[in-house]
Amino acid sequence: MKRWTRKTTLVTSVVTVGALVAACGAGGSREEDSGDGGASDVGITESSIKIGAHFPLTGVAAPGYSEIPTGMEAYFDYVNANGGVHGRKIELVVRDDGYNPTNTSQVTNELVLKDEIFAMVGGLGTPTHAAVVDFLNAEKVPDLFVSSGSIQWGDAPEEKPYTFGWQPDYEIEGKIIGQYIAENMPDAKVGLFLQDDDLGVDSEKGVRQYLDDQIVAVERYTSGNTDVAPQIAALKAKGADLVLAFNTPSYTALSQLISMKLNYKPKWFYSNIGSDPMLVGSLLSKFSEGAVEGASPLDGVLTTEYIAGVDSPDDPWVQLWQKAWDEHGGKGELTNYRVYGMAKAYTFVQALMAAGPDPTRDGIVEAVEQMGPVPGPELAPFRFSEDSHMGISGMQVVELKGGASDPLTPVLVTDTGDAPIEEDNSGAADDAPPASGIPEVEPAG
Amino acid sequence: MSVATRVPAPLAKALGRISSSTLLRHLLFALFGLVIVILVLESTDQFRNAQFASMAYLGIAAGGLTVLTGLNGQLSLGHGAFMAIGAYTTALFFQDSEPPLPVVGVLIVATVVTLIVGAAVGVAAARLHGPYIAGATLALAVAVPGIALFFSDTLGGEQGLNVLVPDIPDWFANVVFFITANEVSTSKYIGYIGWLCLLATFVLLANLSRSRVGRVWRAVRDDEVAAEIAGINLGRARVLAFVVSAACAGLAGAVMAMAVRITAPSGFSLTLSLTLLTAVVLGGLGSLLGALIGAALLTFLPQVVTGVGHDAGLSDLQAAELAPLVYGLTMVLVILLAPAGIVGSIRGAWRRRKESA
Amino acid sequence: MQQFLTTALTGLTLGMVYAAFALALVLIWRSTRIVNFAQAPMAMITTYVALALIDAGFSYWIGFAAALLSGLVLGAVIERVVIRPVEGKAHINAVILTLGLFIVIHALAAVIFGSRYRSFPAPFGLQGFQAGDVTIALTGFGIFTIVSVLVVMLLLVALFRYTDLGLMMRASAFNQEVARLLGVKVSRMLTLGWALAALVGSLSGLLIAGGSLVHPSYMDSVVVYGFVAAVLGGLDSPAGAVVGGFLLGVSLSFVSGYVGSELVALASLVILMLVLLLRPGGLFSHAAERRV
Repeated sequence: MKRWTRKTTLVTSVVTVGALVAACGAGGSREEDSGDGGASDVGITESSIKIGAHFPLTGVAAPGYSEIPTGMEAYFDYVNANGGVHGRKIELVVRDDGYNPTNTSQVTNELVLKDEIFAMVGGLGTPTHAAVVDFLNAEKVPDLFVSSGSIQWGDAPEEKPYTFGWQPDYEIEGKIIGQYIAENMPDAKVGLFLQDDDLGVDSEKGVRQYLDDQIVAVERYTSGNTDVAPQIAALKAKGADLVLAFNTPSYTALSQLISMKLNYKPKWFYSNIGSDPMLVGSLLSKFSEGAVEGASPLDGVLTTEYIAGVDSPDDPWVQLWQKAWDEHGGKGELTNYRVYGMAKAYTFVQALMAAGPDPTRDGIVEAVEQMGPVPGPELAPFRFSEDSHMGISGMQVVELKGGASDPLTPVLVTDTGDAPIEEDNSGAADDAPPASGIPEVEPAG
Repeated sequence: MSVATRVPAPLAKALGRISSSTLLRHLLFALFGLVIVILVLESTDQFRNAQFASMAYLGIAAGGLTVLTGLNGQLSLGHGAFMAIGAYTTALFFQDSEPPLPVVGVLIVATVVTLIVGAAVGVAAARLHGPYIAGATLALAVAVPGIALFFSDTLGGEQGLNVLVPDIPDWFANVVFFITANEVSTSKYIGYIGWLCLLATFVLLANLSRSRVGRVWRAVRDDEVAAEIAGINLGRARVLAFVVSAACAGLAGAVMAMAVRITAPSGFSLTLSLTLLTAVVLGGLGSLLGALIGAALLTFLPQVVTGVGHDAGLSDLQAAELAPLVYGLTMVLVILLAPAGIVGSIRGAWRRRKESA
Repeated sequence: MQQFLTTALTGLTLGMVYAAFALALVLIWRSTRIVNFAQAPMAMITTYVALALIDAGFSYWIGFAAALLSGLVLGAVIERVVIRPVEGKAHINAVILTLGLFIVIHALAAVIFGSRYRSFPAPFGLQGFQAGDVTIALTGFGIFTIVSVLVVMLLLVALFRYTDLGLMMRASAFNQEVARLLGVKVSRMLTLGWALAALVGSLSGLLIAGGSLVHPSYMDSVVVYGFVAAVLGGLDSPAGAVVGGFLLGVSLSFVSGYVGSELVALASLVILMLVLLLRPGGLFSHAAERRV
């Protein structure tokens, strides 16, 4: 530091004191932009509406999941090309968080404070979104259709009024597969392979309702640490001959690989989020230089389904997605992850229509709660109401054969907790989209 | 032209005292800084406030690191680990909306906890030289997040701990309103906390730097043998430097926990420690002003660089990687061409100009 | 028993990889007295070169050779252009320089090759063997790993001990001035040292990648473990690097299998500190300590 003369000292003191004195009580004519929920015009104009989300475009969870926003964008472009919703074009801002909760916090800050989105639609990941759900609710930003099956998005609407789930939660998935195993394989020794966060916690809760005495081993992995050999070795050592795995797609590939190395051949069940045969197959065939070809390593694997996928090209919904992708999609083929994105985008368009010609943030939240059953790609109806923000209420158990899924049960619906599992008779599995491919929903309430 | 002839005698005496006393000078400078902080925070939006909060905690950590590496010559690559300790301690306190201690108390506890760990590490590190201390602190940076994962029941595992920032105390909001007639948003509140901590830390570090302690540290850095002959206890000096810088990193981590609202192992990767080192090298080893400049560059430059990348036609993800590329390259160039960093080079040029004038 | 065997075999294979990396660090230390923290991303980027070739349809072995070759070139270029100016000067500058390179190469790989997680092929199969009831968790690729590292080590030993070139390299490392006076082209030897080290580093990168997921950060933790292995054996000793790598790999594998994989990094830190405080020169050290 340079030597300070008295002159410098004097100047500094005067400036400091003067500024302080002048500032006292100085009226800031700027209105402070507090997080006031009534600000209905954030992110929305006469001709456009801006929504945003965080996705893992890089990192260990990127294989597969990074395609979801491309599907969403394609469907939104399809809707925009046909006039948008109430004359507004939908603009989707996607930011990469690398499946890293610290990054999620920072990019959500950007989305809400800098990009000024109207709502977050489809933010992906259980550990990642958990980092920002409180912030979104405090700032009164609608947090619609989180891309994760954790129950926390929907089971406490009093605490998180702006947050809604979309897909079936891990607990009911655990229950449904648990019941199937208890009825069809009562002698199986069951091992659990779980991601070490709420994904694992919720699934285990559901599974234990039906399989508690059949479970012989529970192993957890940390997302980001690709060494799962200790866990698979432990499952083998404890004699599990059926493994229920709730993990992301990279870990499906890794668990298959390590099992090969350890000569471990149980029956596998992979949770819906980790079981896309095309993706896993391509990861696996690369590892082994083509020695493990295509989707065949996943043959015989059990999983669940709640929307029709690309292995059912005759399904009217899949035909709509193919049309939208051909017209507006980017590079590559239509995959199940893109279908997931499009289906979610469809639901959002329905919600936006239900919110009426002048949507507000609070208004769209109410609209989703009051929307009621609407025709959509989901095989079972949503559970949205004032008391529950939980998503799709059920699914079917399927077995993978040659890359396609072979249903083993009808569509089964249930809810978290003790709710019984029943066959669904709402007709949600048999509906079709309107001819235009754009939902027709009246403003709610 | 002498000041004394134009200013009344008692004021001139006060000025004389201030300009010749290190402590008072630094305090005055800090007060000046505070005015600037208030002006800037009040006139920018919430997003910028959050960015300034980031700059503040990076600055605190960088300040500690520049003192350790620049003044004392110990290269630590593990300060991310100390930030993690401060952050997790803070997060543990802020789990409910009614925390057991006020914010100031939590900050102090976090700093003290990190200080104790820093002392333990410092004692081990004091015996190491050059690349050995770099490697050992690198291992520390990689090891500490793993501990958080192991104790996942208390420390939240991979998902981490959410940090519930307590409500802004009324007295604080009133003071700010009195001075500026503005409300205080949460982002601005954290900005204030960060910058007040930074100013306090920098005053302390600047005082240490110009005191006997600072001279001892420089002596140990420049020539161990001579220092020991002069009667300086090498180990004690080194450990003290380490402890001070670790405490700064702990405080920085505490502020970071509040600013980012989550502490998870993924937030304290190797990248964080390397980022701190970059900030310090760019600004100039040993210079607090340099640490601040480095922190500013690291907070604001990535967006600028990413924007340039976008305009040049790179994809989103490629443009995002451009920022670390730029500051990595700059770090390499700085070491090769201007090892004294920005501040050091400017000061050197200034001095040469004055000498030749 | 089964778990013990599996853990030990995993540790053996992993240990060989750390040994290779440690070997690279030791080679550079012996020639230029610098710890090359950038070795990890250098190995990573050469692996990406291999992956690019494999994607383009070439066989694994072409990719393998290309990775080793590009490692050779990369090491030489970095030494000539970047490191030469700071050789012989303050330690801290060199360390910061290699860290700067670490960041640069990391970011370059992400920009050029993308940050996605990619799978990397492994020849010789990924199936474990079965001997009666016991599974031998050693894949064909694992055996290849062990063999290739041992072969490389033997080649290097042969180079240093039995060839003129090796003698010249050792002389340059021992005392630059005297070597120069004796007609050794010292600067060329230093470059060669870095080039060979980078080649060995590339090998370790390929061995880790095989049968696993590759992304720009995949080698980052190896720089820590490789450094610990090198220090464990003594930074001056190539044989020490291999032994250190082996010991470290097996110990860490046991920590991972029996305690928890999250504590592996902490275990390596503990091992490092024990070595540095009790036997700072490493297990194979013969240099006198510097005491004042």
